[in-house]
Amino acid sequence: MKNIQVETTINGDATEFLCAPDESLLDVLRDRLGLTGAKEGCGTGDCGACSVTLNGEVVCSCLVLGVETQGAEIGTIEGMANGETLHPLQRVFIEEAALQCGICTPGILVAAKSLLEKNPDPTDTEIRYWLAGNLCRCTGYDKIIKAVQVAAAEMRGA
Amino acid sequence: MKYVKPDSFDAAAQLLRDEQGIARILSGGTDVLVMLKAEMVEPDLMVDLKHLPGMQDIVAENGGFRIGAAVPTARMGEHAALVAMWPGVVEGAELIGSTQVQNRATMAGNLCTGSPAADSVPAMVTAGAVARLHGPDGVRDVPVGDIPTGPGKNILAKGEFITSIYLPARPERAGDAYLRFIPRTEMDIAVSSAAVSLVLDDAGVVTDANVAIGAVAPTVRLVADAGAAIIGSKLDDDAVAKMVAAVEAACSPINDKRGTIAFRTTTAGVLAKRAAHIAYIRAGGQS
Repeated sequence: MKNIQVETTINGDATEFLCAPDESLLDVLRDRLGLTGAKEGCGTGDCGACSVTLNGEVVCSCLVLGVETQGAEIGTIEGMANGETLHPLQRVFIEEAALQCGICTPGILVAAKSLLEKNPDPTDTEIRYWLAGNLCRCTGYDKIIKAVQVAAAEMRGA
Repeated sequence: MKYVKPDSFDAAAQLLRDEQGIARILSGGTDVLVMLKAEMVEPDLMVDLKHLPGMQDIVAENGGFRIGAAVPTARMGEHAALVAMWPGVVEGAELIGSTQVQNRATMAGNLCTGSPAADSVPAMVTAGAVARLHGPDGVRDVPVGDIPTGPGKNILAKGEFITSIYLPARPERAGDAYLRFIPRTEMDIAVSSAAVSLVLDDAGVVTDANVAIGAVAPTVRLVADAGAAIIGSKLDDDAVAKMVAAVEAACSPINDKRGTIAFRTTTAGVLAKRAAHIAYIRAGGQS
C-alpha cells in the first residue's frame, strides 16, 4: 500500500507525515509522530480515550483516517498545557483526584476543554451527556464531573 | 486500498462506477472505519466526498432546509432555525453515538448504512424528507423512506451516493418528535423507536399526521393507519388508542437479547403515543 504525504497543523505546529491510506489518525499520532497522549481503548469509537480536536471539534481519532487530515488543524492533549503551566482542567483533575489509572484522562481532558469552550457554565447533567462517550472504569465519574465544575468556575473567574 | 478525493460529483460517480473491487464512500466514517477495523470489509477504493460543494452546508431552500450529506449531526443541533422547524429530526440525529461521534456522523450515512434501528431515519420519514442522489446517470431525488430496503441494504445503484437531504417547509402550527427506548440513558442502539410529525389548525385539531417506527421491522416503517387515526382529533384518548393499535399492528420485530417481539411491539406503541403528545405541544397545541 503506497504511503501518502499529508500536511497538517498539530497543536499549532505545521506537521508533515507519511501514512498508509487506511491508517487511522490515532495510529499516525502515536506510531509516526510520537504523540502517545491519545490512547487506544477500543479502536471503534466507543471509549473516547483517543479524543482529539479536528478543526476545533472533538472527535475519536480512531475513527478518522490520517489522510483525511490534509490541511486540517489537530489538537491533542500534548498541546493543552502552556509550556510548564498546566491548563486549569489538568491541574484541577490532579488536585481533585479525578483519575486513578489515567488511561481515559487525556481523552476526558480534551473533551471537557471542548465542552467549556462551547458552554462555560454547564450543569452536571450537561457534563455527563457531553462526556458519555468517554469511558472510565476507575473513578465512577463523580470526581470527574466535580473536577470539570471546579475548573469551569475557575476559568469563568479568570 | 486507494484513497481518493475527487474534484467533482461526476468524477466521484465515474470512479465508483468503474471500480472493479470493493468501494466505500467516506463521509463521517463512523460506520465504515469501524468495519475496516473489524475487517468486516476491506475496500479497494475509499472515496472521500466531504470537501465537495454543499456537502458541509445547511442551506435554506423554498422554506425548508437542504442539509449536505457530510454535515455532522452536531452541526444540525447548533443550527437554531433548523432546530425550530424540525426539532424531532434534529433530536433523532443527535441521539446517534457520543459527542465525538456526533461531530463526524451524518444523517446520510445513517440512512445508507440501512440499520432498522437508525435513530435519524424515522423522523426524516415523518418529515417527508427527500434525499438527492448523484450517480453516473445523473441526479435524482428519492424519498428518504424508499432508500433502505433491509438491514444493511439500500436502493443506491453502483456509483450512486447521497449529496444532500431536503427537509420541506412547515406550516405555522406544526411539530415533530422522536423517542427511542434503550436500557440506559445514552450511547446505545434503539430497541424500538417512534417519530411523529403533525400539523394543527387554529383550534388545535390535527389536520395532517405522519407516524413512523424504528427497530421493529427490517426497515423503518411509515404507518399510514397510525397517522390517519389522529387526523381530525385533538389527541383525545380514543384517537390515540387507535393510533397505538395501528402502530402495534405494523410491528414485525425480531426476538433477540435486546428485546422480545412483545416488548418491542408494546414499547413502539408507547413511544408513538408519547412522541405524538410532544409533537402536539411543539405545534402549539394545548394538552
